[in-house]
Amino acid sequence: MDYARPETLTEALRLMAGGGARALGGGTDLYPGAAARLGGPVVDLAGIGELRGITRNGGQRIGGLTSWTAIAAAVLPDACRALQQAARQVGGRQVQNAGTIGGNLCNASPAADGVPPLLALDAQVELVSASGTRRLELADFLLGPRRTALRPDEVLAAVLIPETALRGRSSFVKLGARSHLVISIAMVAARVEIDRGRVVGAAVAVGACSPVAVRLPAVEAALTGAPVAQAVGRIRDTDVTGPLSPIDDVRATAKYRREAAAELVRRAVAEALG
Amino acid sequence: MIRFRLNGAEVAVEAPPTERLSETLRERLGKVGTKVGCDAGDCGACTVLLDGAAVCACLTPAARVAGRSVTTVEGETRELTRLRASFHAHGAAQCGICTPGMLLTAADLLTRVARPSQAEVESALGGVLCRCTGYRSIIAAVVAAGQGDVSAAQGVGAVGDPIPRLDGAAKVAGDRFGADDWPEGALIVRAVRSPHPHAAFQIGDLTAFRARPGVAAIFTAADIPGRNAFSVIPPFADQPAIAASPARFRGECVALIAFEPGVEQEPDDFPITWTPLVPLATPEEAETGEALHAGRPGNLLIEGRIIKGDAATALATSDHVVEGTMTTAFVEHAYIEPEAGSAWMEGDTLVIRACTQAPGMDREDTAAILGLPLEQVRIIPSATGGGFGSKLDISLQPLLGLVTLKTGRACRMTYSRQESMTSTTKRHPAEMRGRIGCDAEGRITGMEFEGRFNTGAYSSWGPTVANRVPVHVSGPYLTPHITARARAIHTHGPVSGAFRGFGVPQGALWQETLYDRLADKAGIDRLEFRLRNALRDGEPSATGQVLRAVGIHDCLSALKPHWTRALAEAAGQPGRGVGVASCWYGCGNTALPNPSTIRIGLSPAGEIVLHQGATDIGQGSNTVIAQIAAEALGLPLVAVRLVGPDTALTPDAGKTSASRQTYVTGRAAKAAAEALRAEILRRANAGDGATLSLDGATLTIRDGSATRIDLSTLPPDAHGHVLVAEATYDPPTSPLDAKGQGAPYAVYGYGAQMVEVVVDPALGTVRLLKITAAHDVGRAINPMLARGQIEGGIAQGIGMALMEEYLPGRTENLHDYLIPTFGDVPPIESLLIEVPDPEGPYGAKGLGEHVLIPTAPAILNAIRHATGAEITRVPALPHRIREALQGLSLPQISSGGAGVENPRSAARPGCDA
Repeated sequence: MDYARPETLTEALRLMAGGGARALGGGTDLYPGAAARLGGPVVDLAGIGELRGITRNGGQRIGGLTSWTAIAAAVLPDACRALQQAARQVGGRQVQNAGTIGGNLCNASPAADGVPPLLALDAQVELVSASGTRRLELADFLLGPRRTALRPDEVLAAVLIPETALRGRSSFVKLGARSHLVISIAMVAARVEIDRGRVVGAAVAVGACSPVAVRLPAVEAALTGAPVAQAVGRIRDTDVTGPLSPIDDVRATAKYRREAAAELVRRAVAEALG
Repeated sequence: MIRFRLNGAEVAVEAPPTERLSETLRERLGKVGTKVGCDAGDCGACTVLLDGAAVCACLTPAARVAGRSVTTVEGETRELTRLRASFHAHGAAQCGICTPGMLLTAADLLTRVARPSQAEVESALGGVLCRCTGYRSIIAAVVAAGQGDVSAAQGVGAVGDPIPRLDGAAKVAGDRFGADDWPEGALIVRAVRSPHPHAAFQIGDLTAFRARPGVAAIFTAADIPGRNAFSVIPPFADQPAIAASPARFRGECVALIAFEPGVEQEPDDFPITWTPLVPLATPEEAETGEALHAGRPGNLLIEGRIIKGDAATALATSDHVVEGTMTTAFVEHAYIEPEAGSAWMEGDTLVIRACTQAPGMDREDTAAILGLPLEQVRIIPSATGGGFGSKLDISLQPLLGLVTLKTGRACRMTYSRQESMTSTTKRHPAEMRGRIGCDAEGRITGMEFEGRFNTGAYSSWGPTVANRVPVHVSGPYLTPHITARARAIHTHGPVSGAFRGFGVPQGALWQETLYDRLADKAGIDRLEFRLRNALRDGEPSATGQVLRAVGIHDCLSALKPHWTRALAEAAGQPGRGVGVASCWYGCGNTALPNPSTIRIGLSPAGEIVLHQGATDIGQGSNTVIAQIAAEALGLPLVAVRLVGPDTALTPDAGKTSASRQTYVTGRAAKAAAEALRAEILRRANAGDGATLSLDGATLTIRDGSATRIDLSTLPPDAHGHVLVAEATYDPPTSPLDAKGQGAPYAVYGYGAQMVEVVVDPALGTVRLLKITAAHDVGRAINPMLARGQIEGGIAQGIGMALMEEYLPGRTENLHDYLIPTFGDVPPIESLLIEVPDPEGPYGAKGLGEHVLIPTAPAILNAIRHATGAEITRVPALPHRIREALQGLSLPQISSGGAGVENPRSAARPGCDA
């Protein structure tokens, strides 16, 4: 088999079972490294309807093959606003039409736009293989740049957002050196829940400033309980930069990334607070 | 077999299922309107509609379209029809390489949003890159298409009419570029390239590789039959078409493999052993390192200098002096068309069809490399998908020629994006420093300038840059005393060559940013300071040339009301700033012959046949030269048929560079058309004031009475013309003496731009609000095309200022190397100033390069105005702006000399002397 286009997940998993094939989602990450054609064996997931779509039933389930355009266009709770904002900034319209949320996670770029919003939504991933299904916290799934816990025989079938994380309102802020088609220098997703003028829950994640995007527990703790008007003021730079380990690269210096991350966290939180 | 609907018709194609759809469409279905710019989803040129939704064909597996509907630019939908007309009417297609992707992406938008706003267009089209237009005309075209208003400007095509480009219909249909035509069965040529900046190499035993199925031939430096050394300036010829060991830059071609069509081309395991050598990475290292080329000690390629008066004394007695540095990066041209072409034999003539800016030079260089007489090489320029200077140098022409010559078979070659970026020329990185002084009234007293330019591994246009920079570094300002020198130093970096402005933009960054500091010191408004020093007719340039038709005063004056408004709007607004900078630029070669020849004839059928050899790389010479010719002939443009460029059919109109075509080739076209008119009038015995008209083959001359000539009865010549004239024009210039004094150009163009910004100080980001650009074009032959040049040049200036930095091995693609996208180019107001030049055709001056020069310094000046931050290194990436802002809280340290400021830049490493 060089190429197969199964129509059911079961069939796909059977084809993946040997571990030698690679799963093809939107193609937006696999093709850039390829020659005139993508080397096989390839299991093309595009025909599997059950991997696509967004449903809510005790949490939000987003099929791994759901495109960024579909996510951006969906009617979702305010908590998912950051995810939808990110969906509109993954490449251009072309890439958003083809690229999938599952592919974005499996590609495991430190600058993956989908990751901070999903971390802020306490997302889990559902990994299925012929031998069964397992769920991992997104933070446990992403191991490092281009490294995940995905086994060669597995498919990322869905992203799961627990009902408890669908509360509040979120915001996504991306920083790059140009308007469109830009790999982030840094980006932040923040989700806050407000009750009677106070922040009662906060989830803040930063991308492109560490091998894997991370949550900022100290910032979240500082925000929780704060009156809305004072919340942003409680964000300390060191609480932001503590978990980060940015690098110098062609886009920016590590020093700059630390400073920018702190500023972006404040802006994302402020915007999420509305 | 993959079955799907393609542009409304059922098709079936045999293709590997995971083949890129772009490849399937182009190679198997002949739909070459789908352009490939990057194969990575970074540029959007290959956008097609899949069930109505825009996708990159390069990222789409062919099998995935089975049973679905694909629309390419060859298709027709209601939206596409309207968009094509609107793009044409708005000048939204320049070179045309991004146009198919733009049209299809816009068609996707219009089916979702019938009447999109500007913001909706920007956002929806953000995934497609354009390097020519600056995007504004594209936004306008799509908005207008949504509103159903797609009518073009009226006009018969007289000089001054803003008519759509004559070659525009092809651009909006998917023009045929270097990769889009090839003879049946052509071999496919791939290059083996150095992965190291400097490395010895040994090619192993080729027997096994050669015997591989599908490998037709292999060539190395040893196979070059002629002189394996070229340069755009022949005395400096130093660059091999295929290098023998050692390789001197990353990406240098060391071998060629010709594959049979239809086989997998896999050159990765070519038997070659590399021994990396220590590279000289910077000019500083190179000046004390081993010479790359014999006879160039200290790796000095050339030094250009200007000495007028006594700058040191003038500065010592000046009321105010500023001193500063400026450092710039390698800048990649990033045209969306990677180099591509094909070759074949016609009898004993080698024919090469490829993208180019300079068919005549391609012919000479290729003939010399291949050891052929000039007559046996014919160059047919394909449509060229952007050039901006880099396609002046030969790239794949001799490689194609070698394969066809040696095998006797047709061949073709298309560079990958990475190959295009690594192997072709760049803008010179510059390290510049010096001082400028003025008197108490703010009049410039003197300037000292020293620039070191990283010219990379081979000469290319390094000599031109080193000579142009000192000539222009004064800016368009009266500078009584000046000492300026610029050195081009070889390194093991990419070859630095021509890029829109030949070093002048770098020099202007240094000069114009220092002018702002000097104006502040003198306590004079920055625009007023420039006006006070702007050159006027009869005043001498830095080379002692007495200038005429000097338009800089008019340009700066035109900005004045805008300047007043912008300063008032910015006042008190945090982060808001306004900057201004000027430019001037001499059109054509620097103090060297630079002729163009144009032939124009009448056919027996009554067509005006214009042999137009000036390659149109998107700038518009096909239209502008034709407008000039028709005007001079006194017949309507509609009767003009363009021939060429083609070295077998068109006389040499020189290269498309140095903003010379409108002026130099325009003059030749005017002279040729006037000669043809004179011949017609002579035949009719009519006076100069006679009017001409064409009705089929009947040429009517009215001068009181009417005389008719039936062209079909006259005997045609070898070219098929019954009446013909040819004329050559060469700009009158004089050589520069040992002190750089002389008249290096016959015509200069001038301009000034004002930039309004808002700086986000916490992040160091810059948002451009508006750019107002006043350019003295002498006479706008075609105002729409002139505006297109201004907007496109500004976009490249924005890139140079804020984001573009080519780093070999690190930014060899279009996602790490950033060029401006939709949304990075603000609204642009163009003010066309017309100070007619007595030498230019109908007074016209060049424009193409001028437009880029003021943008970057004006942006830096606006950032400084907004924040006080002095940026001395571009691109001003956010972290660099942040750094400069943080420096402001540091105590200022005096660097000693009276009136000298800016300790940060004085302390900056990287400049010698």
